[in-house]
Amino acid sequence: MSDVPLTPGLIPAEAAHGSREASHWLEWIATVDHKRIGIMYLVTTLIFLIVGGVEALLMRIQLAWPGNTFLTPEEYNQIFTMHGTTMVFLVVVPLLLGLANYLTPLMIGARDMALPRLNAFSFWVFLFGGILLYLSFMSGHAPASGWFAYAPLSEKGYSTRYGEDYWALALLGIGVGTIGTAINLIVTIVNLRTPGLTIRRLPLFVWMVFVNSFLILAAIPALNAALVMLLIDRQLNAHFFTHVGGGSPILWQHYFWAFGHPEVYIMVLPAFGIISEVVPVFSRKPIFGYAFVAASTVAIAVLSLGVWAHHMFAVGLGKAWDYAFGGASLLIAVPTGVKIFNWIATMWGGAIRFTTSMLFALAFLFTFTIGGLSGVSFAAWPLDWQTTDTYYVVAHMHYVLFGGTFFAVMAATYYWFPKMSGRMLSERIGRVHFVLMFIGFHMTFFIQHILGLDGMPRRVWTYPNYPGWGVMNMISTIGAFVLGFSVLVLLWNIFVSLRSGQMAGANPWEAWTLEWAAPSPPPEHNFDLVPPVHGRRPLWDLAHPGEAQS
Amino acid sequence: MQVSALNPASPEAGHLLWLWNACLWVCYAILAIVTASLIYIPIRFRGRNNVEPSQTTGSRKLEIAWTVVPILLVMFLFVASVVTTGAVYPDPGRKPDIVVTGHQWWWEVHYPSANVYTANEVHIPVGRDLLVGVKAADVDHDFWVPRLGPKMDAIPGRENTVFIRADTPGVYRGFCAEFCGNEHAWMLFRVVAQAPADYEAWLGAQARPAAAAAGGDAAQGSVLFRQMTCANCHNITGLNAQQQFAPDLTHVASRRMLAGERLENTPDNLRDWLHRPNILKPGCYMPDLKLTDQQLTQLTAYLETLK
Repeated sequence: MSDVPLTPGLIPAEAAHGSREASHWLEWIATVDHKRIGIMYLVTTLIFLIVGGVEALLMRIQLAWPGNTFLTPEEYNQIFTMHGTTMVFLVVVPLLLGLANYLTPLMIGARDMALPRLNAFSFWVFLFGGILLYLSFMSGHAPASGWFAYAPLSEKGYSTRYGEDYWALALLGIGVGTIGTAINLIVTIVNLRTPGLTIRRLPLFVWMVFVNSFLILAAIPALNAALVMLLIDRQLNAHFFTHVGGGSPILWQHYFWAFGHPEVYIMVLPAFGIISEVVPVFSRKPIFGYAFVAASTVAIAVLSLGVWAHHMFAVGLGKAWDYAFGGASLLIAVPTGVKIFNWIATMWGGAIRFTTSMLFALAFLFTFTIGGLSGVSFAAWPLDWQTTDTYYVVAHMHYVLFGGTFFAVMAATYYWFPKMSGRMLSERIGRVHFVLMFIGFHMTFFIQHILGLDGMPRRVWTYPNYPGWGVMNMISTIGAFVLGFSVLVLLWNIFVSLRSGQMAGANPWEAWTLEWAAPSPPPEHNFDLVPPVHGRRPLWDLAHPGEAQS
Repeated sequence: MQVSALNPASPEAGHLLWLWNACLWVCYAILAIVTASLIYIPIRFRGRNNVEPSQTTGSRKLEIAWTVVPILLVMFLFVASVVTTGAVYPDPGRKPDIVVTGHQWWWEVHYPSANVYTANEVHIPVGRDLLVGVKAADVDHDFWVPRLGPKMDAIPGRENTVFIRADTPGVYRGFCAEFCGNEHAWMLFRVVAQAPADYEAWLGAQARPAAAAAGGDAAQGSVLFRQMTCANCHNITGLNAQQQFAPDLTHVASRRMLAGERLENTPDNLRDWLHRPNILKPGCYMPDLKLTDQQLTQLTAYLETLK
């Protein structure tokens, strides 16, 4: 691989590698450098990913055959609650925020985030929120009313111990951190773009992070408000969400999903951004339909604020609600489809390189399409009356969040790891990792569609020995262990490559966005000189002088 | 294998299956296009040497095509959903024929017309649309019989309604589909669809008070039932107990299953259930009363008389 020939002298060779020196751990605690904060986000989420993954495996062991008594229902309910809460609030969202943190300033040619101390605050409040959540185990009882914590089950009358209080307080802290990061990203993207990098030339990852940040600002406050009300109910005996005393259990559902559905897109939009970077680079072509990919993101974000009641089609709200929220939910399929087709068209006529990163991007396209289409079968609300709260939903949401977002994050890992560490991840181990993860994922989750249609409800700690249920659950459990093993292979790859991986150089993929103009890893100030920007692909333009700018 | 939700036994579930198939074929078509592209394009356009391909950036015509076609498809699904809604949910315009109430972790089943209470077993006559009122006594639950129609949440302070109907006699699986705490898994029930005459006979039998125990173990058991605080939670009409906190036992021996379908209702299982409820269904509210062998025998004998 050759570096893109930049103007000679643009990057002083080794002088920029100051961050190479062994650094004291106190420097990490005190840092306001967006790259270090980004890496701390990624390391923290990796640890929580392992914890949440182990919780998933415990659940799959319990469900491996009917009537298993590996876990009691009390234990199972704590574990599935913690698995969901961990994966959403401590893994997927902060993972994407960590990537955004690391990459956004580099991609827009800035030296750091606009508000570095707010950035550090956001990270630490997230970390301590996560720790607080797990301290609930020490109080004797982790939260056990699901990551959605429906009232009145989550109220004092039915959850008499402190798990739900830890849950609400922890999420409140994490929510504040998330809002801080969203504000920071917006301010950074608005103010710190290098000259020439107009909003119409922004890398699509930055575009999606930008839109996503507004979505965070719209969604998280609904959750935070509801959490405070739940705490007041539990600690001060109010009745916001209990019908005895005049409150409404349904009100909780409205608040929760007014946050919860945008949250799904908060967990997916940055992944769309990743795919919009990876697919063009490894197809050696600019993104097909840049403006449409960007605009469809805005459309998804706006629509996502008006679809929350599609989680409540079985509540019995009435036909008007069904029509309005079902219709809006169906519409989201359109901008999502536009994206899929544009990514596919980007590959058409390209010169595709099958790196591990690209393999994960292709797997994303396939898996996310299935998840998106099964999503359409919920938006058609009469079908939701059959499928909601069954294993069909478990399958669907894992296709979106694991096969979708997480595969995209894997593509991002192989793509940007060289930038962050200075070394390439092993492609050989990467292929093993990819194959195992792809097979393990589909083995675990595809069969759950069928289980759900056959009536298996979600969130059950065991199930009766109906024909086929034991076999299907066993297949799913075996798949989960393949999946767990694939994560070990990833960890091994990271471990080996950090020690002895091939040196990456500034631009190992011959990519074209600005982060690849900085050395790998970038020095604390990122750039000595930012290359001139006259188009969407500044490094391509540098390497191909005289061509029309794209 | 015939999957429940795709094997309707009622017109309501049949409408849902029709919509399911329509949606499925739309989705299959799109998935086929995407999958074929994801196989064909990477093979055909795999990079062989270091020549950079031609740098195309988009096509307005294509963008319009893959915006407009999906819009038409979702409009079709929207209209189909509205039509299905009308077929599955006609305006009730009457009081429910049956009221089910979700409790942690069992279903109370009430027939207002005959003032009959039973638990975890919903008997219906075939060939009639029955309006089911769905209520909750404590936390959210959800009433769902996959082969007979849509599910409906049970929410405290609210009475929802849903139509169910079965066209052939038989037993249909029912589930609680909303997470409701410890024993959400064992909050199953069954719908027993019967010929109208059989149904009327069943309802008539259920409406009668429990027969007084004739003597022996059973008579001792009926005394124990009141002494051992069973009557604080369970009702037996005719025995001066009135609580509906726990399943009505007036005709418990006529039911096929125990404890939210956890156990088949045999004398041995019933005895076992009285002996160690918290082992068989951990976290449930049925207390272990530390009954002696003799007490277990007497109580089981009495409950077995409640046909």
